[in-house]
Amino acid sequence: MNLNYWSWDTFFDALPVILQGLGITIGLTFASYLFALIFGFLWTFLRRIPNRFVHFIVTWTMEFIRSTPPLVQLFFIYYALPVIPYIGISLHPFACAVLGLGIHFSTYIGEIYRSGIENVDKGQWEASTALNISTWDKWRKIILPQAIPPTIPMLGNYFIIMFKEVPLASTIGVAGIMLLARSYGAENWSYLEPLTIVGIIFLVLSYPSAVLIKKLENRFNKRFHKNQIMKDKGAMQ
Amino acid sequence: MAEPIVTYQDVHKSFGDVEVLKGIDLDIYPAEKVAVIGPSGSGKTTIIRLLMTLEQPTAGDIIVDGRNLWKMEKNGKWVHANENHLRSIRGDIGMVFQHFNLFPHMTILENCMTAPIHVKNEEKNDVKKRSIEMLERVGLGDKLDNYPSQLSGGQKQRVAMARALVMRPKIMLFDEVTSALDPELVGEVLNVIRDIAENDDMAMVLVTHEMDFALDIADKVLFLDEGVIAEQGTASEVIEHSENPRVQSFLQRFRG
Repeated sequence: MNLNYWSWDTFFDALPVILQGLGITIGLTFASYLFALIFGFLWTFLRRIPNRFVHFIVTWTMEFIRSTPPLVQLFFIYYALPVIPYIGISLHPFACAVLGLGIHFSTYIGEIYRSGIENVDKGQWEASTALNISTWDKWRKIILPQAIPPTIPMLGNYFIIMFKEVPLASTIGVAGIMLLARSYGAENWSYLEPLTIVGIIFLVLSYPSAVLIKKLENRFNKRFHKNQIMKDKGAMQ
Repeated sequence: MAEPIVTYQDVHKSFGDVEVLKGIDLDIYPAEKVAVIGPSGSGKTTIIRLLMTLEQPTAGDIIVDGRNLWKMEKNGKWVHANENHLRSIRGDIGMVFQHFNLFPHMTILENCMTAPIHVKNEEKNDVKKRSIEMLERVGLGDKLDNYPSQLSGGQKQRVAMARALVMRPKIMLFDEVTSALDPELVGEVLNVIRDIAENDDMAMVLVTHEMDFALDIADKVLFLDEGVIAEQGTASEVIEHSENPRVQSFLQRFRG
């Protein structure tokens, strides 16, 4: 078999160059994810404001953000935002990427929070009221500790999805593995090896994460199931 | 007799087009034990849910210890009560629910301690001591570190009562607290209620289907029918001397 289009020399030459971007890629994933986790709460609570106008605005803003490609959002933040008068700011590419990916995924994360909160039994709110617990403590001590744990597997899935969207940031100049692979390819007129390396890195990192999250999910399902059985038993008794 | 601790003045409550309470007038005195009986859908539960601020009355006033629960004075005008106003009164009231509503992510001791520590800013050790005393009183002193899911329904309901008692309310509300229990577990819960009724001096309002028990411990019985108090008085007045045919036919169904 003739493999003259593939060179192991190029492969091992490119590998250390590309790996230099791994820190940025992983760092960007964590930073955007953290941003999305925090911003997700903002959406969740904005949507709970009992005002039809606010609800309308928030719902459609979320819908707009979700229905627009993250690539377009990144370009907008990087190229278009700085030229808007008054609010225009020019940000470092990494900051733009955190903002763009973070906001985009926060709308999904916000939905996950919402479903978690809606699954908390109405009686938990009523018991908190009956015990005169303040709104702040109600959320902090009673509702969120029950709402969030069951959503952890879903939140984990979004972490992996987000990790795989991070190469988009290469388009605005974030020097992660994707950008380094592209520039290596451009300099050496060979894209096959560097892009294969990028693919392998993503596989090596995201597959074990997916397995880990699956395990986590099974554990939570089991625990929830067990609680459910006990709850039914309790109700029958 | 002393001043009433709770007064309902022409209280109405509608859910959508359905009027559940059609003008309730009622006085509850300190330490008085009130049983609310009547057919399903007569509005029994709604009466106490309004007092616990879980529902808002459509019209009328509820006065708790001299203060209007759902209205407050602001710049000389009566406006709808805000959360701060409600919180300042709600501390006098405790409630036990049909479905227990324990916090599943906390041990039973933590269930009892959470509110006094965070709501009343009480010293943690005092609260802990009191919570353990209450849990021992309801017979669960050996389960302090168990989670609600490890308890039977009757045990859960006893925890719920201890949790409410630790807050030292002046008025305790019981919303069909034995309805979700297996028959053999009802007794242990009723015994705790009887113990509270005999030894504590708070007012109690029991919405219940346990007719004999209610009539036994109640100072006053309300018979609720289609959103109005059709009959009220002592147990014997309502049961033996009521001429209201609705009361008679309702009681007959329970007596068999």
